[in-house]
Amino acid sequence: MLTLKSVQAGYGRLPVLKGISLHVRSGEVVTLIGGNGAGKTTTLRTISGLLPPRKGAVEFAGQDLTRLPPERIVTLGLALVPEGRRVFRTLSVTANLELGAYHRRDKSEVRRDLEEIRQRFPILKERAHQAAGTLSGGEQQILAIGRALMARPRLLMLDEPSMGLAPRMVTQVYHILAELKAQGTTILLVEQNARAALKVADRGYVLETGRIILDGAAADLRDDPEVQRAYLGKGYQEVWE
Amino acid sequence: MFFQQLINGLTTGSVYALIALGYTMIYGILGLINFAQGEIYMCGAFVAVLLLATGKVNFFLAVALGMGAAALLGVILERVAFRPLRGFHPLVPLISAIGASIFLQSLALLLFGPNDRPFPIQFAFTTIMIAGLPVSTLQMTILAAALGFMGLLIVFVRYTTYGKAIVACALDRDTARLMGINVDRMVSLTFLLGSALSGAAGIMMAIYYNATYPRMGLLPGLKAFSAAILGGVGSIPGAILGGLLLGVAESLGAAYISSGFKDAIAFAILILVLLLRPQGILRGRGD
Repeated sequence: MLTLKSVQAGYGRLPVLKGISLHVRSGEVVTLIGGNGAGKTTTLRTISGLLPPRKGAVEFAGQDLTRLPPERIVTLGLALVPEGRRVFRTLSVTANLELGAYHRRDKSEVRRDLEEIRQRFPILKERAHQAAGTLSGGEQQILAIGRALMARPRLLMLDEPSMGLAPRMVTQVYHILAELKAQGTTILLVEQNARAALKVADRGYVLETGRIILDGAAADLRDDPEVQRAYLGKGYQEVWE
Repeated sequence: MFFQQLINGLTTGSVYALIALGYTMIYGILGLINFAQGEIYMCGAFVAVLLLATGKVNFFLAVALGMGAAALLGVILERVAFRPLRGFHPLVPLISAIGASIFLQSLALLLFGPNDRPFPIQFAFTTIMIAGLPVSTLQMTILAAALGFMGLLIVFVRYTTYGKAIVACALDRDTARLMGINVDRMVSLTFLLGSALSGAAGIMMAIYYNATYPRMGLLPGLKAFSAAILGGVGSIPGAILGGLLLGVAESLGAAYISSGFKDAIAFAILILVLLLRPQGILRGRGD
């Protein structure tokens, strides 16, 4: 469904992605894990069109995305839940959700989806008229996910949905992701929280300083000693004591 | 006398507020001050006056066409003077805006000459007594029309999809694009709306002072800029509040201190605000 072939991208003269290849099949949950500065966010910005790649190919459902602007890419069925949630602070919760469906022309379907999302996430109904900026971090994350779902994406991309959230909220967000997975939503999930991400994902890629160093089934990655040491914190004590 | 000065201040203040809305909306979405806002105001006035002078156009059509011409000028200005300079240091579009302002003033001078033009049609405005106080119906009409336009703008921004999309672009351009919002189109729409309001303001002042001339936009433009800063640049309610406050301050200052200081008061307020509360009364973009 989504394929990246030797993608290179960066900011100014600084290269961040040094040739990344990955793919996501329909119905799969794929995670991209790695530390700070590995290029995870850059990968998602490149796919969504915010940062055009320097080299390589990005294809989605047979379409070349490399030269399309983000406002066109979202119409093809790719939605991104950006890092740090990025809700529109002064707009109401409902207005945020409506903007998620901005590009859609099927207005009656949009109204139905809005109702469905409010039912699924009751907090968004309770706070419908409140400014999004007044919500807690976890509530904003739920809003950001709801907003992306309003686009009716064929592929949902999430950038560190657990970042900065209380543990209870992390559990809740991952519960939502598991539900979406059960419904067959295709997901590309970027995380620093490798433990949580590998639990929900089918497959994973490990990104380090702009290169994919490891990939495989999520279960295999969980058992990989290198992944355990670097990203899951296992063996941490043995190394240091 | 106090009451009369208050009404005078509110009338000019509501016109400043209309222009200030243009400044504040454009600042909100692009982060730049369009110093040619006063010339857009002048353009609206000239188009309406010239059309009415032909004697073949009715008043409301002339107002609509004047606002339309101002809106068009704003959209063109954004295309030629600002869009090519996006991504440059913020001083560059600022200089470009000042250049556009001088260019438009000179062009108007060349086309229409330096003389004041009276408003081509006469209105039967009188003074009526409300609660024992004399009120000019001309002032009431201007005040009501200006407040009406402001109300329409607020309704547009709060309740329509395009209005919310403009706010989204002002708050977070990248995320707005992820929603499928075409930012360039929203910038054009912002210039269109802001300029139409400035055009309406120009026509109101052309009637109020019975004078239309190429440099008419200079002082109101600068005062409206001060009003936008006073209210909190980027904020729509701030621009309205700032405009009204500035108009009243100016009018009361002229009456109780000295009329010679009238124009200085706006700029004294500007300096004070920048020193004491640079974010303005109401802060923020996207309100």
